[in-house]
Amino acid sequence: MNWLIAIFQVLLFVALAPLLAGWLKCCKCFLQNRRAPSLFQPYRDLLKLTRKQPVVSEQASWVFTRAPYIIFSATILAASVVPLIAVNLPTSASADVIVLVGFLGSARFFLALAGLDIGTAFGGMGSSREMTVSSLAEPAMLMAVFTLSMAASTTNLSVGITHVLNEGLVLRPSFVFALCALVLVAVAETGRIPIDNPTTHLELTMIHEAMILEYSGRHLALIEWASQLKLMLYGVLIANIFFPWGIAETFTPAALGYGLLCIMGKLTLLAIILALSETVVAKMRLFRVQEYLSFAYLLGLLGMLSHIILEASR
Amino acid sequence: MILVLTYCAVWLSFASGLLALMMNQRSLFVALSTFILKKYPNSRPSCQKILDNCLDEQRFPDFLRLSVFVLLGLSGVFAVLAGVSVLMNNEVLVDQIHLGLPWLPWHVRFDGLSGFFFLIIGIAVIAVSLYGPGYTKAYQENQHPFATLGLFTGLFVAGMLMVLLADDAFFFMIAWELMSVASYFLVAFQHEHAENRRAAFLYLLMAEVGALAIILAFGVLASFADGLTFDALRAAKLSSNWESIAFGLALLGFGMKAGLVPLHVWLPEAHPVAPSHISALMSGVMLKVAFYGLIRFCYDLIGTVHWEWGVVLLVIGTASALGGILYAMMQPNLKRLLAYSSVENVGIMVMVLGLSMIFMANNHPQLAALGLLAALFHAFNHALFKNLLFLGAGIIHHQTHELNIDMLGGLIKKMPHTSLLFLVGCMSISSLPLFNGFVSEWLAFQTALQVDVLDNGVLRSLIPVSAAALALTAALAASCFIKVFGLVFLGVPRSHNSEKAHEVTDKGMLAGPTLLAGLCFLFGIFPGVIINLLNGVAKQLLGETLPNDTAMSWLWLAPVSANKASYSPPLVLVGVLIATLFTFWTLRRNPETKTMRRADTWDCGFGGLTPKMQYTSSAFTMPFRRIFANVWLIDEQIDKDMQGAMDLNVSAIHYRLQVQDHSWPRLYEPIAQSVNTLAKQVGRIQTGNIRTYLGYSFVTLLLMLWMIS
Repeated sequence: MNWLIAIFQVLLFVALAPLLAGWLKCCKCFLQNRRAPSLFQPYRDLLKLTRKQPVVSEQASWVFTRAPYIIFSATILAASVVPLIAVNLPTSASADVIVLVGFLGSARFFLALAGLDIGTAFGGMGSSREMTVSSLAEPAMLMAVFTLSMAASTTNLSVGITHVLNEGLVLRPSFVFALCALVLVAVAETGRIPIDNPTTHLELTMIHEAMILEYSGRHLALIEWASQLKLMLYGVLIANIFFPWGIAETFTPAALGYGLLCIMGKLTLLAIILALSETVVAKMRLFRVQEYLSFAYLLGLLGMLSHIILEASR
Repeated sequence: MILVLTYCAVWLSFASGLLALMMNQRSLFVALSTFILKKYPNSRPSCQKILDNCLDEQRFPDFLRLSVFVLLGLSGVFAVLAGVSVLMNNEVLVDQIHLGLPWLPWHVRFDGLSGFFFLIIGIAVIAVSLYGPGYTKAYQENQHPFATLGLFTGLFVAGMLMVLLADDAFFFMIAWELMSVASYFLVAFQHEHAENRRAAFLYLLMAEVGALAIILAFGVLASFADGLTFDALRAAKLSSNWESIAFGLALLGFGMKAGLVPLHVWLPEAHPVAPSHISALMSGVMLKVAFYGLIRFCYDLIGTVHWEWGVVLLVIGTASALGGILYAMMQPNLKRLLAYSSVENVGIMVMVLGLSMIFMANNHPQLAALGLLAALFHAFNHALFKNLLFLGAGIIHHQTHELNIDMLGGLIKKMPHTSLLFLVGCMSISSLPLFNGFVSEWLAFQTALQVDVLDNGVLRSLIPVSAAALALTAALAASCFIKVFGLVFLGVPRSHNSEKAHEVTDKGMLAGPTLLAGLCFLFGIFPGVIINLLNGVAKQLLGETLPNDTAMSWLWLAPVSANKASYSPPLVLVGVLIATLFTFWTLRRNPETKTMRRADTWDCGFGGLTPKMQYTSSAFTMPFRRIFANVWLIDEQIDKDMQGAMDLNVSAIHYRLQVQDHSWPRLYEPIAQSVNTLAKQVGRIQTGNIRTYLGYSFVTLLLMLWMIS
């Protein structure tokens, strides 16, 4: 039974990811005085892409054509670790938050290889930049996560969230710092403004898009879906770690339904905040990214130190 | 019984070395065979035929080469058997060999720790001896005689095995020197190039300085003990200051061999110039022997560890890990890059060992066991994947005669098997889940996160920072190996050599790396096997195992407690397989779109994409070079050739990039200079005049007489 709910949660995760992307687009269009496409436009795009015959470069090897499947399933596995509507599901015990970072790392590994596989300058550029950004983001992310895992003395997300739920609403400086750090990292890792612009049409400013320039058809659909999943994953991480209230602790239909409603509400709010920030902030030069990410790292470090100095029992 | 296995392993490696000497002694074998045939005239004709076949003028070198590597491989098999059986039985075996000086027998001790490193060496030696026959065939016999290579390979392996068996300082140092000197000759094997001789000399110099430090460290212990056996050294009662001095000397000596920053400079010089299977052994195994020495010295011989030592190891380890990988990124030479990456991995091991010491000194032996286990497991993993990568680099060099990654490319289509094996190595070293590199890194993070139990505020904030540095190291390693795999195997060939490359035909050259790649994957999925073996080592060394033995089943990895952290690689594997196969199957159902259409690469509509337009190694690492600019000494030059009217048109641009290690100008050149100045000062008394020298002798004589009286 628990396994069924776990699988259901993963499927829900995969199914809802394009909806979040659609909602985000709606918000941005509203803020920019444009007419928004339908909320379900991302689903239609994905469906359209899967129906098309993929065009692949003659230079491409099996790495290029198999990478989308690997990227997609690694992202799904990452999503399976994150509690969406309920805690204490068996999937969250099979891997902890360090493994989650590892899954995202595997997806990125193959994406970067696929960028290099074609042998064009754009692919190489995208891979090089993506790896630069993620190498700097990873320590910042782990620093923020370590703060939480030290507070809850676990790296298991589900147990950690339960710990936060039991503590109740306490304003702790370490959590505030960790939240800020994680938000900054999430923006960088999901390739949003000010680090990367997902809607750019200029090759020279691309990071993520430069790597997937050669993809088409079902391959592109998988990669797009994976990046939507990743966006939702970071959203859920932020929402459920710092504001876990509403998440189901028992597996009754009512609790699960309430959990679903809550997380959808939280994600809706987060998307509005993201759209707002993307509208008011301009994209950064590539070589200012390190300042941004070292700021995120610094916040994580401050969170850690304030936990050690102010909050720890000794 | 187990000791017999270990002796067999040592003798077999000696025997393989001696057999290699027979390379030019075909006539001896012919004489021997005729003698045997005469003695047993009624032997079967088939035997005679086989003997004749083997001793045939043409086939003899191949046959001998093969038999040398068979002996070496058998030595590896025996080493694995000995290691596994001592680990399973949790025994400590002691013996004495009466060799050398009559009143100084060699003491032998074989316990869990030695057994584990026997296992590491054994696996590496098996892979290398599968790989060796095909690889060494490429050397011209008159220029690079196999006898030298085979002899010193055998001695080198025997030396390493003997270091692990040693139970007195005397035997330890003999074995240690055998290992160092034999590997010096292997580094100098292709001595016709001046830079190889220079690298070999640098290696020898640093190895000997390191050995001196180790001798001094033993000396410090021995001066408080009666005798040189390890038992006596264990019983020695030292004041804590002397303990710290001994630790410092041991760290200097073993750290020099292990390649810790800033003592690592010999490593990127020596490893690339040795033949690839030797660099695999040196990088994958010899560094581990140094690490073994450090563990043995601190945990076993000194016995009581201080938390300050842990901090020293933690800081040095972190510096080595970060420095190693940052330097590795900038190397265009594949083997040099791998050598620097060994510095990184040794750094990680030392760092986790430091954590273990900190916990041990603060009375948390269970967490110390966890740290020791993570460090040893990482040593094991590094031996697997670094050997794999070095052997892969050897195949690439063998097939393309090129090691500069900027001149390779597109090899995935020409060498499908090699590329797959190399990819496994890259994924493993980048610590991606499902591979073994990830498990040890995960354990390292888990160790670091247990910092809450400590009382000291400095330690509590230092350890998480080092954990974040470990995260940065892992991310940089992933970038580095994406660069390696992407530039070497993917894309379009950048040179004629890589365009003409084809897969190796020798089965053995693929079998060695395949074995290692298989183990990388196997122990990534079932790490519990190794961890259970390691629990015994921790029990022997620290008297403590992981908290919950039942939690360490084959399915789950929960080193502290299931509530704190758990990881289940088999479940993850099942999840990945289901997700991948399901999407693969669903998306390719439509027969119309199932086949992909092949088309030209998109060229922005300009046309004329050339291989030169691809990203190169220096281009890929350019953002890193800019962000971490102070880590290297960067010399970047751009020259333009001008032509046309008024010399205004640029006809060609030359770009030159040199990235140098800080440790040369900061540390080694001042030392070299001061040695030179000192030598000049000493030179003043050497007048070259016989009368002065007679005067010196006279004065010395007088002084000695005065001292005696």
